[in-house]
Amino acid sequence: MIPQTLFDKIWDSHVVKSIEGGPDVLYIDQHFIHEVTSPQAFDGLRARGIPVFRPVMTLATADHNIPTKDQNLPIKEELSRTQVEKLAENCREFGIEVFGLNHPKNGIVHVIGPELGYTQPGMTIVCGDSHTSTHGAFGAVAFGIGTSEVEMVLATQCILQPKPKKMRISVNGTLQKGVTAKDIILYIISKISGGGATGYFVEYAGSAIESLSMEGRMTICNMSIEMGARGGLIAPDDTTYEYLTKIPSISNRPDFYSLLKKWHGFRTDPGAHFDRELDFDAARIKPMITYGTNPGMGMAIDDTIPSIDSIASEASASFLKSLDYMGFTPGMKLAGHPVDYVFLGSCTNGRIEDIRAFTHFVKGRKKAREITALIVPGSKKVEQQAINEGLDKILKEAGFELRQPGCSSCLAMNEDKIPAGKYAVSTSNRNFEGRQGPGSRTLLASPLTAAAAAITGRITDPRDMLQD
Amino acid sequence: MAKEKFDILESTCIPLPLENVDTDQIIPARFLSLTTREGFGEYLFRDWRFDKSGNKSGGFVLNDEKYKGRILVAGKNFGCGSSREHAVWAITDYGFKAVVSSFFADIFKNNSLNNGLLPVVVSDEFLKNLLDQIQKDPETKVIIDLKQQLLTVSSGESTGFEINQYKKECLMKGLDDIDYLLNITDMIKAYEFRKTLGK
Repeated sequence: MIPQTLFDKIWDSHVVKSIEGGPDVLYIDQHFIHEVTSPQAFDGLRARGIPVFRPVMTLATADHNIPTKDQNLPIKEELSRTQVEKLAENCREFGIEVFGLNHPKNGIVHVIGPELGYTQPGMTIVCGDSHTSTHGAFGAVAFGIGTSEVEMVLATQCILQPKPKKMRISVNGTLQKGVTAKDIILYIISKISGGGATGYFVEYAGSAIESLSMEGRMTICNMSIEMGARGGLIAPDDTTYEYLTKIPSISNRPDFYSLLKKWHGFRTDPGAHFDRELDFDAARIKPMITYGTNPGMGMAIDDTIPSIDSIASEASASFLKSLDYMGFTPGMKLAGHPVDYVFLGSCTNGRIEDIRAFTHFVKGRKKAREITALIVPGSKKVEQQAINEGLDKILKEAGFELRQPGCSSCLAMNEDKIPAGKYAVSTSNRNFEGRQGPGSRTLLASPLTAAAAAITGRITDPRDMLQD
Repeated sequence: MAKEKFDILESTCIPLPLENVDTDQIIPARFLSLTTREGFGEYLFRDWRFDKSGNKSGGFVLNDEKYKGRILVAGKNFGCGSSREHAVWAITDYGFKAVVSSFFADIFKNNSLNNGLLPVVVSDEFLKNLLDQIQKDPETKVIIDLKQQLLTVSSGESTGFEINQYKKECLMKGLDDIDYLLNITDMIKAYEFRKTLGK
């Protein structure tokens, strides 16, 4: 038999039909929807007069628009409220389960899918959201789709999709203390650029990847899209099985052991072909920070912004426009630069491990007075867990407030906006112009680097402040 | 459901010589709260087109009266970032029928093809020359012939472009993927049956 990649095994076993000279008809095992990218898809079904083909295979949550304070009150912003209400109405009409605002299972779609056991190895998973790649951490083929494709899945449980090429990114070696999964992925993107993996599906491998927790692996896979990849996945191993075993809806299944056995087969065969292979040394990675307006514009926190001579001529206009927006200049050092806001949260870094890491770092310290901090759990479950562990109290003593879950300041569709011209060290995934509010200036970093900035009020290397 | 057919498009172009134009620039998140597909053109490149007070920003190409047309010519990695189809709806609602670049983000490309917006991939060099020509002479016309898969500039240069044959047929006949899938639901059910049996 020809050796196959894990991606090939999953993809090929989900092809209902291959269209000659065209895309594959791919069967979808799990579909997630949220309030922003689904209403037009439901309208499409109504216009055609058709039902949802497999309602139990779609799960809905409200996350993009919701406030992160006073969630018991009606949403103030009218359009946001309408969109959240519309999701509930559509789900009721078409028989889809929805975890709306205040539901104990509500949260960011890419946080709740995994934590509630909807995400499993070997699945095909889609959602009208580019960070669907997150679910690849469990050895699933997961990727973001547009609203027309959401309608396809609702109508037929399938989408038409060209099969991407395959890339393997191996990270071997031991990470330095204070360097996290977020730094690994920001490092990789800075090396291959924001479009470096376009057209590919990535498998992450190597000892540094295997050493990560499921939360860390989700952070890595989450940002696959930021280098243009269709998605990213990591083969399931004992860390994966241990995580899944702790989820009652999975471990209580009568076929749990046969599931475990099946998952063991989800690996890339030795000698399988990848269209592109990249290797990185974990020991060389330092805490990372971005300086520009796409996630590829990142550097080690103690480094300087590239000089204009090092930028290709056709890219120089975009490079200078980006630095101008950020209020930076080529060759500038960022360490010590003042910061106004800190955002901990999002589908990239809003999980319990992220809240724990941030809290542990700020424990016994005080938030800098000039910093406004937004500490936003990724789900109700994460919020509850943080409270159970007393993290909210430690945060409060240090001058921080644990808010309620949602996408929040990652894309600022709700009130959690960073004002124009202000600098935010943010654990989210995009530093695009205006992403966190019109005129906002985003510096992407890990939860530890965000915590260090929150305490000092400046861009600070967290390695200098680690406490045990 | 039937859509507008794409055949031959002849138009002047609007040049946007920036790389990595992401979908947050094409349409900022705060305008994603509408629940219909219409009306997004008003918000296209909102924060580049208008200043904080809502006045037109003089320097931005869509506000420059010398440029008109139904073809947007943009730098590489166009449409990266969020999967929001609203970005494509904003571009088509504004009046564009095609976007030319040397490189498109995957999700944006799929979304475009699903909405009758043709993404045309040309080489970096061809793109650079085309952008230069349009900026020197805004009357420069481009003809995009989908059937021949050929892009011709009024000055004489031309280049072929790739498109998946299935998608080409969909665009030329105004067909839609959902109709295609609805026609093969028996096959989808047979797949589900085989899968349940573990075959």
